[in-house]
Amino acid sequence: MNLVIREALLAFRRAPLLSTLSVTTIAFSLFVVGLFGLVAVNLQQALRDVAERVEIVTYLLPGTPIETILLAEKDIETFPEVQGAAYVSEDEALRRARRELVEFRDVLRELERNPLPASIEVRLKPRFRDAEHVNEVAERLRGFGFVDDVRFGRDWVENVDRLRQIAAAVGLVVGAAFAAVAIIIIGTTIRMAVLQRSREIAIMRLVGATDGFIRRPFLLQGALKGMLGGLVAVGLSYGAYALIDRWLIHAAFFSREQAVAIVGFGMLIGFFGSAASVGRHLRRV
Amino acid sequence: MIKFTNVFKAFPKGGLALKDVSFHIAKGEFVFLTGHSGAGKSTVLKLIYAEEPVTSGEVRVSGFNLAELRRKAVPMLRRRLGIVFQDFRLLEDRTAEENVAFALEVTGARRSSIPARVMRVLTQVGLAAKAQAYPRELSGGEQQRVAIARALVNEPTVLLADEPTGNLDERATRGVFQLLRDINASGTAVVMATHDLDLVRQAPYRVIELQEGALVYDSAVDDSRDQAASP
Repeated sequence: MNLVIREALLAFRRAPLLSTLSVTTIAFSLFVVGLFGLVAVNLQQALRDVAERVEIVTYLLPGTPIETILLAEKDIETFPEVQGAAYVSEDEALRRARRELVEFRDVLRELERNPLPASIEVRLKPRFRDAEHVNEVAERLRGFGFVDDVRFGRDWVENVDRLRQIAAAVGLVVGAAFAAVAIIIIGTTIRMAVLQRSREIAIMRLVGATDGFIRRPFLLQGALKGMLGGLVAVGLSYGAYALIDRWLIHAAFFSREQAVAIVGFGMLIGFFGSAASVGRHLRRV
Repeated sequence: MIKFTNVFKAFPKGGLALKDVSFHIAKGEFVFLTGHSGAGKSTVLKLIYAEEPVTSGEVRVSGFNLAELRRKAVPMLRRRLGIVFQDFRLLEDRTAEENVAFALEVTGARRSSIPARVMRVLTQVGLAAKAQAYPRELSGGEQQRVAIARALVNEPTVLLADEPTGNLDERATRGVFQLLRDINASGTAVVMATHDLDLVRQAPYRVIELQEGALVYDSAVDDSRDQAASP
């Protein structure tokens, strides 16, 4: 077996308590980051669901020929922001109203003439579902001569927008703070492991080991601890998610990439934490 | 082999640990470095194995000029030296054999050659039977033998020993000292710092004495001068 790997693994065997302690510390630090990540992921999902309902309804003047409408529908679908446009005829509008507005079913049934206008319902692509783009598209739709009115929940869209901004800002600040705390705690843990072996490092240097030779097992070990910690953290997060999903609210879990990112984050902190600690230690002895 | 020329060493907090020390140790020599605690014996050794930088003057060791030695080259210098301490400095969680092998592994020695070389030096120091023992299972004398084996395994040209018998009883002291003499007899220079004057008197080796950082006596220089002066 490679000497570096052997030395790195030996350290786990020689100091099982400290190694377990550091992996546990790393795991819980990353678990906190993971929990926050779960909140962020679910908040994002919720906002996406809400934004899903952003829709621009274009009411048409009565008597607009169907050919004109279908042509316009095609035209609208070529807008870069538009995901899809659907024509809703007057009859269809009435059928829907009868189906959805149960309280008024009798009133609607007894109508002699259909008072509902035909419309084109326009849905935007996910990344354009904000106030600015919605306004822009609405403005463009108003330009069609046969359009009577364009409606979209202006307040609704703006609120969703603001919520999204708040979520992003809070996510960034709190996420960065949690990540910083994790980095500090993990760095300290790794430093303890290095200090615990300072006598050994001194002896290595005495018998002619190069700095690189001394450093490599520590780097590997740091990365391994970070990775193990990350895996445990993802496991703990999954446990938390499963509990919440089962007993509280229906929630989403990390995608595979996000889970891998947490483990990778642990590995990176372990690696660079070790590099910093050993480097500092070697410079001093 | 080892040459000090007008060497000064300042303590980091002021004061001098060594004052104008000059001497030359030839290949294969056995030299006692004596003096009271704090006289500068350990400092001399630390300068030789580049643990501390020289403040002024020149130190040459085995072809290296230490003033010009870069940090990266220090391990190369140390691989040519064997170093033994009063407190043995063994890795507690490795067996005698692993401790010795370790000194070879760090130099990148060929893996297949290691076991045989380790066994050879352990036999040389009389510990072949205890190769599998951990330091805590060995007596002080035995631990020092393991340390000596570790120092020898890279076939150094010089063995530096800083109070190697300081922690040992009389019997173990005699054994370790005899071992150092045998090593010297086979051609390795030995520089042994000690304040055990009984030991110094036992053997006809060169003595360098330090006092408060200054070299006050060097038997190689002073005795030949005495002989020249006497009729």
